[in-house]
Amino acid sequence: MDPHLLRKLNAARRDRQAAIMLTDLADGRNRLMMKGDPIAGELGEAVEKAFRTGKAGVVEAEGQRFFLNVHVPSPRMVIIGAVHISQALAPMAAMAGFDVRVIDPRTAFATPERFENVDLVADWPEDALKDRPIDPFTALVAVTHDPKIDDWPLISALKAGAFYVGALGSRKTHARRVERLSDAGLGEAEIGRIDAPIGLDIGAQSPEEIAVAILGQVIAALRKPSPHTLAQAEKV
Amino acid sequence: MTSQIISQAAEDQLDPLMVAERWMLDGRDVAVATVIETWGSAPRPVGSHLVIDAEGNFSGSVSGGCVEGAVISEAAEVIACGEPKMLEFGVADETAWRVGLSCGGKIQVYVERVG
Repeated sequence: MDPHLLRKLNAARRDRQAAIMLTDLADGRNRLMMKGDPIAGELGEAVEKAFRTGKAGVVEAEGQRFFLNVHVPSPRMVIIGAVHISQALAPMAAMAGFDVRVIDPRTAFATPERFENVDLVADWPEDALKDRPIDPFTALVAVTHDPKIDDWPLISALKAGAFYVGALGSRKTHARRVERLSDAGLGEAEIGRIDAPIGLDIGAQSPEEIAVAILGQVIAALRKPSPHTLAQAEKV
Repeated sequence: MTSQIISQAAEDQLDPLMVAERWMLDGRDVAVATVIETWGSAPRPVGSHLVIDAEGNFSGSVSGGCVEGAVISEAAEVIACGEPKMLEFGVADETAWRVGLSCGGKIQVYVERVG
């Protein structure tokens, strides 16, 4: 393994960038590829697929055998609002492998007693996300109902190309949100990426059931990316 | 904030490729072993790493303990001569029985020197 490429790969992983280390199994030579690097032909297709599925494996291309090792950052979930739904969603999402942070500036909601063993920040999202900005491997779940708290992280997630952006609220609430985000300069396609009303349509009623509906939708966005979300991710 | 820095460092310690880089910067000779293919029930997924230095120190795993010993001894040779090696372990393989991969799986491990 090329020591220079090993260092580059580790640097990319620390920066939460998706990367593939390619090894030519005939001569042992390596190549490091970042998402979006142009690679032609059969190998290019295999690389694109590997980035999409996140799966490592041996591929045959141009008559040669290559091993592609895919390094994709672990998914994060940022939950805006320390509400009842979040109390159920945070531990469920952690169980499913997400690195979860709950943010709410309202200190009556954001109490350690309500969120045991959860990374909870009782501050405005603008400040609470300074040390870990939203990136393409982050799901943003906004559930406060309060535009003063929800709007900034929603805009930030759309601009960063977060793989999932969902917001709680009725169709009426969402229509007003669309207006505000348009006024803030976001385009129709960008705003259209917000899943609202949030969650899969499974008839969820209790906060716990709504948490399941949200988590299901987030997992679908992560594992079965639509052409739409992929196009967004490529732009970033 | 402090706890995050600590957990990041702890994560780096457990991550074989981060370990490989640190050993390399310490001037140690290092080999990286990678699970390339698996058949049947294999304990570690494709892409898993085990890193080994010339003294036989190692970090990570390619099989959850079944074949590590054999991989480590092969790594010493890879470090010495610089040529990468493809190793295969499975139930049909004498060595695999001896080293204990009796769980019914088969794995292919690629061992290469860093540098």
